[in-house]
Amino acid sequence: MKAITANRLEDGVVVYLGADDGWTSDLAKAARFEDEDAKAALAGAEARAGEIAGAYLIEVSDAGAPAGRETLRETIRKDGPTVRLDLGYQAEA
Amino acid sequence: MYRYDEFDATMVAERVAQFRGQVARRLSGDLTEDQFKPLRLMNGLYLQLHAYMLRVAVPYGAMSSKQMRRLGEVARKYDRGYGHFTTRQNIQYNWPALVDVPDLLDELADVEMHAIQTSGNCIRNVTSDQYAGATAEEIEDPRPYCEMIRQWSTFHPEFSFLPRKFKIAVTAAPHDRAAVKVHDIGLILYKNDEGETGFEVIVGGGLGRTPYVGHTIRKFLPKEYLLSYLEAILRVYNLEGRRDNMYKARIKILVNSEGADKFAEAVEAEWAQIKDNGIDLPREEIARINDYFAPPAFETLSAESAALEEKKAADKDFARWVRANTVAHKIPGYAIANISLKPIGGIPGDISDVQMEAVADIAEKYSLDEIRATHEQNLVLPHVKKDDLYAVYKALKEADLATANIGMVSDIIACPGLDYCSLANARSIPIAQRISERFADLGQQEELGEIKIKISGCINACGHHHVGHIGILGVDKKGEEFYQVTLGGSGAEDASLGEIAGRGLSSDQVVDAVEKLVGVYRQHRQDNERFLDTYRRLGADPFKEALYEAA
Repeated sequence: MKAITANRLEDGVVVYLGADDGWTSDLAKAARFEDEDAKAALAGAEARAGEIAGAYLIEVSDAGAPAGRETLRETIRKDGPTVRLDLGYQAEA
Repeated sequence: MYRYDEFDATMVAERVAQFRGQVARRLSGDLTEDQFKPLRLMNGLYLQLHAYMLRVAVPYGAMSSKQMRRLGEVARKYDRGYGHFTTRQNIQYNWPALVDVPDLLDELADVEMHAIQTSGNCIRNVTSDQYAGATAEEIEDPRPYCEMIRQWSTFHPEFSFLPRKFKIAVTAAPHDRAAVKVHDIGLILYKNDEGETGFEVIVGGGLGRTPYVGHTIRKFLPKEYLLSYLEAILRVYNLEGRRDNMYKARIKILVNSEGADKFAEAVEAEWAQIKDNGIDLPREEIARINDYFAPPAFETLSAESAALEEKKAADKDFARWVRANTVAHKIPGYAIANISLKPIGGIPGDISDVQMEAVADIAEKYSLDEIRATHEQNLVLPHVKKDDLYAVYKALKEADLATANIGMVSDIIACPGLDYCSLANARSIPIAQRISERFADLGQQEELGEIKIKISGCINACGHHHVGHIGILGVDKKGEEFYQVTLGGSGAEDASLGEIAGRGLSSDQVVDAVEKLVGVYRQHRQDNERFLDTYRRLGADPFKEALYEAA
């Protein structure tokens, strides 16, 4: 499964395209796409250029966690720097 | 120190105002990200993993207390209370919001700072010896030349869209602390046999995916021709450098594919045409710039300080700090004091807002208002009276800035790596932290002497791993972090590129590997030779054997 991630335009924080079509900071609430639908969904997200920058597809597990080759990178984006647990979304958890 | 004149101040203010408009147009949707990206990069603003990242220029690493204090305030107000000093003597903020960046830049402009030419295919911040103007080793102060290069290169219309980024480093001391041989252009100011001062001009060095030690293309350049000669080099590069392939676009590829002799000929031919065209500064202008760097008001002191000796005898940790972190000053009774940004287990180069303010206060009181950043991600108080060293040490200790490890095994260069950087393949900082913790004992570190470990999280080599005595390169193997070890590199006057030791190691193995390498050194060390000297004397074999024995 794929999800769409980007950085929010005004402050750069990591966001995911939500199931409600808004942007969410919570990957678990991200919309999930079958591989064949993902490209079109990404094009739709990219068109919302006034909201985000640098949208791309990531691989997610059925449980909605980062998966595949970029698991570590996307886990770090999702949580925050592994060397500063007081920063990023992990600090709010 | 250099102070902005009306032109500098106007240029920077206009640039911020222009960027403010660009940001507003991006936020309103008038600019797409593709249109905006080159504009933000021209103002040092990147988009990284978690947020935007702003890289602020610190020309040749020199700052006043006022500037450092402002950097701390900005960290608190617009960021998450810290900054990160880089291998280009700059500082990066990891979390600024795009909407705040114009205000942030205005506050920096108030103290004569900016983020211009910290990104993009232009001439980047010029770097230099952090001991400039303070060390007895130097022929003369290199900072006026750095400042001339800064002014010449700022917004240079011909060199704003080079094939690739371009980095210049200048030193005026035989002991190279500026890594001049691994820069696009490295300049060494020295006195020739006739007693004239001029530059050895080294071109085509660099790290990254294709590392090279630079070639000397001119043994002696009379110093008054500095700018016209640089212009000739840049012209040849701008015309001949490859624009079809980003990985082959740096000047090092041009110089090394054509051959240094041929490149030198082309530069000389170009220079012959332009050297008398008024590019070089007139004598009065050179004098004007030199005046900014007139020595500060040093007192006449005796060379030795009884107070210092007394405190050293009474406080052995202080004595260790003096041995490890201070070096000789050119003026009797003064010392150069290094501030390590490498606490044991800490993040190399990171400094909190409160620490920045502490450094500003200490420099104001004890270092004639001057601070330097080093390419090894530390800070320097260049002009401290020996009588004041104990007070400085106490104040630094209070701020958790008194680790006595300069040049030692825990004084590690590490790029931000995959914890922050969108280009990284693997994390760098946790490796640095674990090595630092493994060798935590400062007495042991001092006994080991100079060992330079440098860690990069990808092949772009921001962590200078190729020139580490021990270099560590993070790579991604099918989604897992692996680390490739290189041995025998140096970025100093004895520059060399490290050789790959063997197959990559897992994150768990790499700290043990460093300990094994240090063990081989300890076993074979003769007299007081450094790790690097032992490696060069013995060759790679005993080190490789130790690394891969029964592993």
